[in-house]
Amino acid sequence: MICAEDLHKSFGPIKAVDGVSFVARDGEITALLGPNGAGKTTTLRMLYTLMHPDSGRVLVDGVDAQQQPLEAQRRLGVLPDARGLYRRLTARENIAYFAALHGLPDSEARARIEMLLQALSLRDIADRLAEGFSHGERLKTALARALIHDPPNVLLDEPTAGLDIMSTRSLRDFLRHLKQQGRCVLFSTHVMQEVSALCDRVVIIARGRVVAEGTPEALRARAHEHNLEEAFVKLIGTAALA
Amino acid sequence: MSMRALAAILVVFVKECRESLRDRRVLINSLLLGPLLGPALFVILLRLTISRELTQAERPLPVAVIGAASAPNLIAALEQGGVRVLPAVPDAAAAIRSQRLDLALRIPDSFARDFSAGRPAQVEVIYDSSRRDVIGSVQRLQALLEGYSRRTAAMRLTVRGLAPTLTTPVIVAERDQSTPAGRGALLFAMLPYFLILSALIGGMWLAIDSTAGERERASLEPLLINPVPREHILLGKVLATSAFSLASLSLGLVAFMVAGRLLPTDQLGMSFNLGARAAATILPLMAPLVLLIVTTEILVTAFSRSVREAQTYLGLLQLVPVIPSVVLSVLPLKPRLWMYAVPLLGQQLSVMQLLRGEAVPLAAALLCVAATLLLAQVAFSAARRSYRSERLAIAPLV
Repeated sequence: MICAEDLHKSFGPIKAVDGVSFVARDGEITALLGPNGAGKTTTLRMLYTLMHPDSGRVLVDGVDAQQQPLEAQRRLGVLPDARGLYRRLTARENIAYFAALHGLPDSEARARIEMLLQALSLRDIADRLAEGFSHGERLKTALARALIHDPPNVLLDEPTAGLDIMSTRSLRDFLRHLKQQGRCVLFSTHVMQEVSALCDRVVIIARGRVVAEGTPEALRARAHEHNLEEAFVKLIGTAALA
Repeated sequence: MSMRALAAILVVFVKECRESLRDRRVLINSLLLGPLLGPALFVILLRLTISRELTQAERPLPVAVIGAASAPNLIAALEQGGVRVLPAVPDAAAAIRSQRLDLALRIPDSFARDFSAGRPAQVEVIYDSSRRDVIGSVQRLQALLEGYSRRTAAMRLTVRGLAPTLTTPVIVAERDQSTPAGRGALLFAMLPYFLILSALIGGMWLAIDSTAGERERASLEPLLINPVPREHILLGKVLATSAFSLASLSLGLVAFMVAGRLLPTDQLGMSFNLGARAAATILPLMAPLVLLIVTTEILVTAFSRSVREAQTYLGLLQLVPVIPSVVLSVLPLKPRLWMYAVPLLGQQLSVMQLLRGEAVPLAAALLCVAATLLLAQVAFSAARRSYRSERLAIAPLV
């Protein structure tokens, strides 16, 4: 479970995140929905300890991410916006590097790697250098690397950006699979279909603030719209006026 | 340091080394260019100088002589000294200016008359002193002319019943106290720089690749999310880069040892003494400098906006160790103890002493190592600070 409590973050005069609070629960998929520049990536970066909030608090399974960053990192699997691989290492070596950094014993690491290669259908490219990977292959390798330590919480920044339809579908299936395993899955997106297809809860962010939060149905009802996209535009619009 | 920390440092170290060994750019820089560039330049330069000095001293000296008929005795004396008389050219001065001719000797028509009358008889040496390659020839010709003049004077005095020594009230005897190895070291003043350069080049690509490169390829952010303190990640990278830098330095030393044997230095009355023992002393003296160089390189790349910018800065960094080399060759300082406490200068002095076949005083060596380690520690603290910054993975630290 991930709790964001009144997060603030400024870069110079720009308030990137201006009071964001929400909870992402275990066994649910939560979407952080918002237009470009709304503060989604900055919020996620504070959640996964890369950035320190100016004020506010992040709790990962009750662990304060500021006070005990290493403990919080162990409970997080992260697919950041930056998801570069080491081009001169194979997919397997890329994943094994992160396993070793997590301090997994060799036998356990090997078993986890095999399991993830299987689950993400990476077997065929496991021993190829990452140099010539397609976008989808890179993403899957980065995802396997992020999940190597079997984290109870999974954060993904725009996971489907740039993926073709088939890859997007299989990624969605994989996220549902993670949810069924009881994990807390939180991802950011600006794509509406993603939200209706996957999410249990939506947190809508605009201009660094949470403007609405709830199940997709509740948000539609609140905006008196049947279509989630219309609801989104309406909710963002009121935020812009306020 | 806990086992866990050591394990994490080792993991980063092994990964950086493995990846680099697959990178042709790193290999060429660390194992080929770094160690061989210095010795190769060195051998080429020295061979050029040595072969020129040797051949010029023995080679016939071609001189265009104008008016040779006026002074047959002088010409005979010059020919005995190795001068090959070329036929006169119409406009010698123009020919020299346009570099068609190296030097010319003009004997005026009045020479024979003045000479037999006992008046100073003038000859003209025509040359271009801005052409460094003919200076040796000019000096040889001048020495021959002076010798002829002195011999003639001595004969004239003897004929008049005077002792020729009358014209030499003071005689200077030179007693050069430099040993052959010492003269060699003067010529080899650039060697320490080339050694330091090999360490710099050896670590350069890995330093760029492991910080600025990781950021540019977007792999630094995921790396830093792992539950490993950032200073352990940094330490792993520093050690891996140091390994390559040290490998480059060691190969460079071996290359210099081989180069020393290939050079005809004894023909110049010098000896070039980089034996296994001197090399074995140089390595521990230089190892702390490798750490200093590598942490500085990583610090600089952490502050660079891109790989390209890092390359530019590190290119400039390569010029820094030139400073003590230049200072030492322009102002030949007497080594004092405090100088060993200045990183780069200390190593420079020590290496030169070892090349001269002397031993480095223990206190000086310890001071050199300690001071360099201290500065490396300062550089490491600065690099650690930049690694702790939240902006490291995202944007360069400005």
